[in-house]
Amino acid sequence: MYSFDYHKPASLSDAAALLGKAEEGKLMAGGQTLIPTLKQRLARPTDLIDLGAIAELKGIKEEGGALVIGAMARHADVAASDVVKRMIPGLADLADNIGDAQVRNRGTIGGSIANSDPAADYPSAIVALNATVHTVKRTIAADAFFTGMFETALEEGEIITAIRFPRAEKAAYAKFRNPASRYAVVGAFVARTGGSVRVAITGAAPSVFRWTEAEAALSANWSAAAIDGLSVKADGLNADIHASADYRANLVKVMTKRAVLAAG
Amino acid sequence: MAPLDGIGASLRRKEDQRFLTGKGRYTDDFNRHGQLHAYFLRSPHAHARIRGIDTGRAKAAPGVVDVFTGADTKAIGGLICGWMITSKDGTPMKAGSHRPLAEDKVRYVGDHVAIVIAETYNEAKDAAELIDVDYDVLTAVVVTDKARAPGAPLVHDEIAKNTCYEWSLGDKAATDAAFAKAAHVTKLDIVNNRLVPNAIEPRAAIGDYDSGMDSFTLYTTSQNPHVARLVLSAFNGIAPEHKLRVIAPDVGGGFGSKIFIYAEETVCLWASKQVGRPVKWTGDRSEAFLADAHGRDHVTTAEMAMARDGTILGLRVHTTANLGAYLSTFASCVPTYLYAPLLSGQYRIPAIYAEVDGVYTNTAPVDAYRGAGRPEATFVIERMVETAAREMKIDPAEFRRRNFVPADAFPYQTPVIMTYDSGQYHKVLDEALTLSDYAGFPARKAESAARGKLRGIGFCSYIEACGIAPSAAVGSLGAGVGLWESAKVRFNPTGNVLLYTGSHQHGQGHETTFAQLISTYLGVPTDQVEVIHGDTEKTPFGMGTYGSRSLAVGGSAIVKACEKVIEKGRKIAAHLLEAAEGDIEFKDGKFTVAGTDRAKSIQEIAFAAYVPHNYPQGVEPGLEESAFYDPVNFTFPSGTQVCEVEIDPDTGVTTIVNFVAIDDFGKIINPMIVEGQVHGGIVQGIGQALLENAVYDPESGQLLTGSYMDYTMPRADDVPSFKVGLVETPCPHNPLGVKGCGEAGAIAAPASVMNAVTDAIGKHMQMPATPERVWRAIHGTAV
Amino acid sequence: MTVSVSITVNGKPVTRQVEGRTLLVQFLRETLGLTGTHVGCDTSQCGACVVHVDGRSVKSCTLLAAQADGCAVTTIEGLAAADGALHPMQAAFREHHALQCGFCTPGMVMSAVDLANRHPGGMDETTVREGLEGNICRCTGYHNIVKAVIAGADTMRGAPAKAAE
Repeated sequence: MYSFDYHKPASLSDAAALLGKAEEGKLMAGGQTLIPTLKQRLARPTDLIDLGAIAELKGIKEEGGALVIGAMARHADVAASDVVKRMIPGLADLADNIGDAQVRNRGTIGGSIANSDPAADYPSAIVALNATVHTVKRTIAADAFFTGMFETALEEGEIITAIRFPRAEKAAYAKFRNPASRYAVVGAFVARTGGSVRVAITGAAPSVFRWTEAEAALSANWSAAAIDGLSVKADGLNADIHASADYRANLVKVMTKRAVLAAG
Repeated sequence: MAPLDGIGASLRRKEDQRFLTGKGRYTDDFNRHGQLHAYFLRSPHAHARIRGIDTGRAKAAPGVVDVFTGADTKAIGGLICGWMITSKDGTPMKAGSHRPLAEDKVRYVGDHVAIVIAETYNEAKDAAELIDVDYDVLTAVVVTDKARAPGAPLVHDEIAKNTCYEWSLGDKAATDAAFAKAAHVTKLDIVNNRLVPNAIEPRAAIGDYDSGMDSFTLYTTSQNPHVARLVLSAFNGIAPEHKLRVIAPDVGGGFGSKIFIYAEETVCLWASKQVGRPVKWTGDRSEAFLADAHGRDHVTTAEMAMARDGTILGLRVHTTANLGAYLSTFASCVPTYLYAPLLSGQYRIPAIYAEVDGVYTNTAPVDAYRGAGRPEATFVIERMVETAAREMKIDPAEFRRRNFVPADAFPYQTPVIMTYDSGQYHKVLDEALTLSDYAGFPARKAESAARGKLRGIGFCSYIEACGIAPSAAVGSLGAGVGLWESAKVRFNPTGNVLLYTGSHQHGQGHETTFAQLISTYLGVPTDQVEVIHGDTEKTPFGMGTYGSRSLAVGGSAIVKACEKVIEKGRKIAAHLLEAAEGDIEFKDGKFTVAGTDRAKSIQEIAFAAYVPHNYPQGVEPGLEESAFYDPVNFTFPSGTQVCEVEIDPDTGVTTIVNFVAIDDFGKIINPMIVEGQVHGGIVQGIGQALLENAVYDPESGQLLTGSYMDYTMPRADDVPSFKVGLVETPCPHNPLGVKGCGEAGAIAAPASVMNAVTDAIGKHMQMPATPERVWRAIHGTAV
Repeated sequence: MTVSVSITVNGKPVTRQVEGRTLLVQFLRETLGLTGTHVGCDTSQCGACVVHVDGRSVKSCTLLAAQADGCAVTTIEGLAAADGALHPMQAAFREHHALQCGFCTPGMVMSAVDLANRHPGGMDETTVREGLEGNICRCTGYHNIVKAVIAGADTMRGAPAKAAE
């Protein structure tokens, strides 16, 4: 790790001020990706601004029929939350399968989606559940949030405050994990919300994407069998030593079916 | 009555208290006064000529005390390989120069270029980025079976065809003749995938030079501190042996990777004198991936000839073994003498011929990793047997039975050097079949099929050669060392015991098992015994721990030392009890005049030996005896594993649904510890079969699986619990009757798992059987 | 710039000035000399460094010491009772031979205690195996660790001991 100055502001305004002053500032949420990155000397911030002490970013609650999760909610908190389990149990399941127990005790939903790792789990839920990302400046619709590999619609210094999920009728996540890293090789989140079906796939491509053919098929017939007739093209899918594009294409279909089965 | 903490008891481990409370003392836990920290600059290229190195900016960086490169370390002798292999044409193997810090070329990603020594680790690492190395990047040769291709780049300019040796074993003519009369020939191409040992404690070293004494101390993560001292003295020339102390304290796993003498400890030790302060290096996991000696990496073609009834007539094997960029300490013997002599397996095979080409590539050195040659041999013979049985429509268990060496045929001489000492292969197989409910398999397979899953069952009946090794025998085969072991038993005046061993424990539980030997042989309870190991200034010279040798060889040395203690104690007891020496019996810690109740405890004898006021004439005071034990033969543990898998054809995911291991390790001292060794070995074997694979980019030579993000270590949720059982056929040639248990699981499991996977999918495939590979094998889209 | 870090470690408050980049594990091992917490990897996978921060298991190699400012940290050295009696999980690891080289053991035990705390109703084998996915052991093959964790958790919640297999 290179040397940096560490700050732990108590409010969003202090965080913004520190970030503004820093030569090269970096926000840290749970740090479960950032700290390994720093240890490998792949980033060299002059200032590290820890969001861990900002009360406004915490909490999980029901608000106006929607589920609102503070950006600094830990994965373990989401997984264990009675509110989440009651409103969108598939989301609690997803959180319960991110990384390992120790990662879940530190990692946060805001940090995860701000990082936009193509193999992260949460982006699929954000998109499939048609969530809204709230920041210090504005709200961003799920479909506009993830713009590419490690890229989001967030502007320089824009801090996520919360994510608002409409309550889904059916929702579930099925993940084929990388056996080494435990990230998603392919993860499929299916959701039916207000009669509208969304299928979001993470891990398979440079960024989370909606599988619109599956959405149409499931809109017509909410069953795993509805997926059988579909095929997924390997073009543009990720390929690495763990999974080729062909194999990922197969997994998109298999995991989507399993998610539908899990959603009931 | 036998003591409750002696041989045969599942005594809970003495060493656990400190490990469970965070009080273990591993190398990185030590800090020497005035200590500096080292960081090694490593090659980012697989193959490059070094045009020049500028360390000026690094030397001027904050906290930096000094920087050394290959040009500064020419006084250090090169790193050695201790086993000379002779090619089939009679020429000696070609060992390329192996400098502690690279001089002319770097030969793999992670090769050592410079050491930066600074006040703190961060300062050393920061400064390493300021070293300017001018590399002329060369084309790399990476892939095992391309190393000898015409036009391949040469790892060592002077070694043609990247070939260290072309070695053979066995009778070619007899083997050819066997194939000529075969009714059936089975042929397989087999890849034994490269593995990274991954002891969880990374390697570390502290070099500490004492200018007043002109002597060195090295703290290091070693499985064999005396061997390290010998090599560092005699070959690297750091200091004469009497001026060098090597301490290997608690060591967090080895699995072979900590046998070897590496550049890091060599250079840290040397540098401590240059800078006049202790120099500490602690590797991180990324460095372990790059620069710990890797394991396996064979490409093999095997053919087996059978008569019509399935009787094996002959076996022919050609293996290309990747040795990496340099010969590591014992690299040369692993794919030769630790491999081909085991190709006979548990079977009567009249003719065997094996050829092994050892090749250099621009990859990390490859050396012994748990099993070392024996897993590779077992994998070949057991895949061949299983495949032959299926091809010939003979039940694989029955095929094995027909070919096993029968229990009444021992000692059994194979056509490839080894004389098997004892075994009950049929009995072990039968117990494994019963425990695995082999008879019920078809019903289970049908039940899986009804759920859309593929079920398979596979066997592995393995043999291994342990208790390494009879010195004269290995010397005749090229070994540069003897492979005996030492022990010293010291009674203190108050009657408790210090037991010194040349073995080294790094997970095996010697502090407990060896104490149990003292309990049984001398009648001193284990809580009155302290086992001392891992310090060349405390323990007698010993060869260390590897090759499942510690009990068979080191334990035998302890028994010998105990016998000497008893012999001397008998003289003292005879004097004190006023009886003839011949009338004194020793049992359960007491010297008794035969046929009477007149007795002296061994503690009383020890006291008398140290306070010899009333003492036999001509007997030396004190009660301390040493012994060295050189085995007369290898030991030959054997066993059968049965693995049952279920495969999801949609994803290719393999789940192990049942795993049985019946092992014959000879006499068992501590069943709990033995079973633990079996469990751990099995999971390393499962890891090789299903999960682990060290992958280099075939062009650039970059290690693609350089961390736990990409190299799949078996985790708790990847494996099942196991059903293990023991059959005890004593080893006939060592005093304990023990054979060794440390490697069996890892030796056998790759074959048992792959035999099950290939049974399930009905096709041959290579390890590791990752989900995608299995999925492709099922769906016919091989990559 | 250094930061002041105040942490209650194993019940004792400590305050130290450290570099911002100091990891919690470095703080424990190097600053405080608590070498029971180990480092086995550099990608937050192996779990040899697991400690409890405010009662929850975390990887101390993936947490800055400064992030733990104001928290209570428990390490393996703080698990046994003041009189030296082993914690039930430590005792179960010994009883079931759930450790060999001992290097992963501190992290494994700390994770196991947290896992047991999170499952007050007891755990089956699958739950234990999945719950330990953040801890890598190269020696034991996990078989005995799983047995030990189930037994240790039973003792922790006062369940009657199951008959040995």
